[in-house]
Amino acid sequence: MSIAKFPLPDVGEGLTEAEIVSWRVSPGDKVAVNQTICEIETAKSVVELPCPFEGEVSELLVAEGDTVEVGTPIISVVVQGNAPLLSEPDSPANEPEGDTGAEYKLPNLVGYGDSGDVKSRRKRAVNTAPISTAIPVSMVKAAAASDAVMAKPPIRKLAKDLGVDLASVTGTGMHGEITREDVVGSASQASVFKNLTTPQQPSKREERIPVKGVRKAIATAMVKSAFTAPHVSIFVDVDATRTMEYVKRLKSSVDFAGIKVTPLLIMAKAMIWAIRRNPMVNSTWTDKEIIVHNFVNLGIAAATPRGLIVPNIKDADSMNMLELAQAIEQLAATARDGKTTPEEMAEGTITITNIGVFGVDTGTPILNPGEVSIVALGSIRKKPWVVDDEIVVRQITTIGATFDHRVVDGDVASRFVQDVASVIEEPALLLD
Amino acid sequence: MTPATEPMLQLLAPDGSYGVEKEYSRYGEVIDSLGEDQLKTFYRDMARIRRFDQEAIALQRQGQLGLWVPAIGQEAAQIGSGYAVGKNDHIFPSYREHGVAITHGVELMSILKMMRGVNHGGWNPEETRFHLYAIVLGSQVLHAVGYAMGVKLDGKVGTGDLDNDLAVISYFGDGATAEGDVSESLLFAAVNEAPIVFFIQNNQWAISSNITSQTKVPLYRRGEGFGVPGLRVDGNDVLACYAATKIHMDEAREGKGPYLLEALTYRIGAHTTSDDPTKYRDEEEVEYWRQRDPIARFEVFLRRQGVEEDFFEEVAVAGDELAKDIREQTFALPKPPLESIFDNVYSDDHPEINAQRAWLRAYEDQMGGHE
Repeated sequence: MSIAKFPLPDVGEGLTEAEIVSWRVSPGDKVAVNQTICEIETAKSVVELPCPFEGEVSELLVAEGDTVEVGTPIISVVVQGNAPLLSEPDSPANEPEGDTGAEYKLPNLVGYGDSGDVKSRRKRAVNTAPISTAIPVSMVKAAAASDAVMAKPPIRKLAKDLGVDLASVTGTGMHGEITREDVVGSASQASVFKNLTTPQQPSKREERIPVKGVRKAIATAMVKSAFTAPHVSIFVDVDATRTMEYVKRLKSSVDFAGIKVTPLLIMAKAMIWAIRRNPMVNSTWTDKEIIVHNFVNLGIAAATPRGLIVPNIKDADSMNMLELAQAIEQLAATARDGKTTPEEMAEGTITITNIGVFGVDTGTPILNPGEVSIVALGSIRKKPWVVDDEIVVRQITTIGATFDHRVVDGDVASRFVQDVASVIEEPALLLD
Repeated sequence: MTPATEPMLQLLAPDGSYGVEKEYSRYGEVIDSLGEDQLKTFYRDMARIRRFDQEAIALQRQGQLGLWVPAIGQEAAQIGSGYAVGKNDHIFPSYREHGVAITHGVELMSILKMMRGVNHGGWNPEETRFHLYAIVLGSQVLHAVGYAMGVKLDGKVGTGDLDNDLAVISYFGDGATAEGDVSESLLFAAVNEAPIVFFIQNNQWAISSNITSQTKVPLYRRGEGFGVPGLRVDGNDVLACYAATKIHMDEAREGKGPYLLEALTYRIGAHTTSDDPTKYRDEEEVEYWRQRDPIARFEVFLRRQGVEEDFFEEVAVAGDELAKDIREQTFALPKPPLESIFDNVYSDDHPEINAQRAWLRAYEDQMGGHE
């Protein structure tokens, strides 16, 4: 027997809230699947809601006449045995403290689910990375003679610009159409300096890019950090083979079905564990005092279309592995969509930066202002490693970390990094 | 309230009594050739699709589907016509043709997946010959005519080779007839003598616009000026819908050119789960059409034909089992991988899509890559 809750669904393609007009059931009533439990009024219509569970109504969580946001639990039902519809709550933030009720899972349906928390939605920055503007291969057959050259106007222009004679190019597109790649390929045969991977020498001797927006903010923060906090960096190589095995096991476990499990998650968990043993690394310097935080707002550096930002997971130390995994996934999705709010970036206490994905072993990260530690996770790759005097192939990574020497001395820094490394080497330490 | 006084092919009256008027005798002959099994299949599938529809509405109200498009009231038009489509023929549906879909082997879960947003349809039109749902109103009618013109160019019409010849049927609603696409389609079909049947389900409401604001002439006559003859059929009479579709698809396949069928029916439910029909139409009107329910009417007919109670009970039980089954399957649907959004944009590699995919992958990697 368990208590199931039904959160208000979005019944009309992007609605954010609804009013409970009337309840058709009362606490103590038996309810069946699809039995109408209440009537709600949305911006579009008055709608009856069918119950997704069978059981006995335990409590009506919203009063008639009240307007609540989509996702707010509105009714709790005592269900018998294993209710297949129940799942763990998506995020602990949705769950009032001390509440043990299982929440019925609302899928985040594509195109919906913005709860309206984000009041102003900034226009997403355009990805300015150079991308080809090639036009997809056409279905059109050339009406002209069989030896006629088939190429779209932009491709013809490109050929002209690159000095390529289209008649000499063999088309690899549909029906022998000449593609952008064909033209570029011919051009690079003619001149090894003209190809896509080596950009042309710009005609101007220099280019001036105005410093503004995120670039300016990044610069200001970095300078402030670099020139007010004396940075000290340390590195350690570590055998991450067991971490990789642990990740693999978690991925295949039932509890983590559909959840993204990565070495970054283990790293985050390792840091939280190491912070508990070395609290000074999780503090703030204010000239007058050092504020040691007994909570961890874990920042994760993210290169987004809007530039580098560091949103943080509030109270990450209170989360279990599953919750932390979900929080990281949520943070990544929000940042990717350009919806990260200033609050989500404020009050971080320590930061992790995952530079390994760029293929580098380590680096000397600069502190996020207000924090005294930042940890860089390097690439994880197979390398020779000595185990019991034998050289064996293991999955090796480098952990690099930078500290504010005003607060963190070499011994504390070393112990902290060693602690993180020992968890990466033996994730079973997290079980203590 | 009801567009009366126009001639209409009806074999089964609302009270379930069967009769064939003299001028429609060739349609009656089609029904004469049907066995009891086929008649039972009509009933079974009409009941099945209605039960499915009801469960899908509930699933949407419970937050499990982004949207649902109910077809309640239109089962006869869909099941009757769907079964009359030949084995080589191609079907170009709108977005409400769940009944037609099941007559051609489309998995019901595929439709639910689409309405949950986890795929774009997911069935293979090469196998089912039931093409993907068209959300853009009337667009599928152009696709259908183009396909039919291609069929003709391929010489697969009127050869007398029943293993090879085929025709095309396109489904659309009264609202779509007001789209330019449909007029263009009628013209191209007519002048090219394309093997196509235009099947209009006139459910009388284009969301909140009544049929009276969509046309000044009955829709079965809409093709006349283009040179496409038409017939009005009682869309709540599964036998009339079957017979009319059978005959006119056969004729299209034989090379007699396009034809238009108007199945006069009624949308009992909302346009979609985002719509509230009580805001624009009277309960009285809905009740009038409830009295003309296609399934109830056919049940009376079957009982008079001697079909036993057992059969109806079996169908009801099967419906509840289906509902339970799709409910469980819907809850178990996995979240599709984010990268799948790039997979079906172009059939071939495309540099811009590749660049976007690469960017997303790099982004996701920094949030815990090394995979």
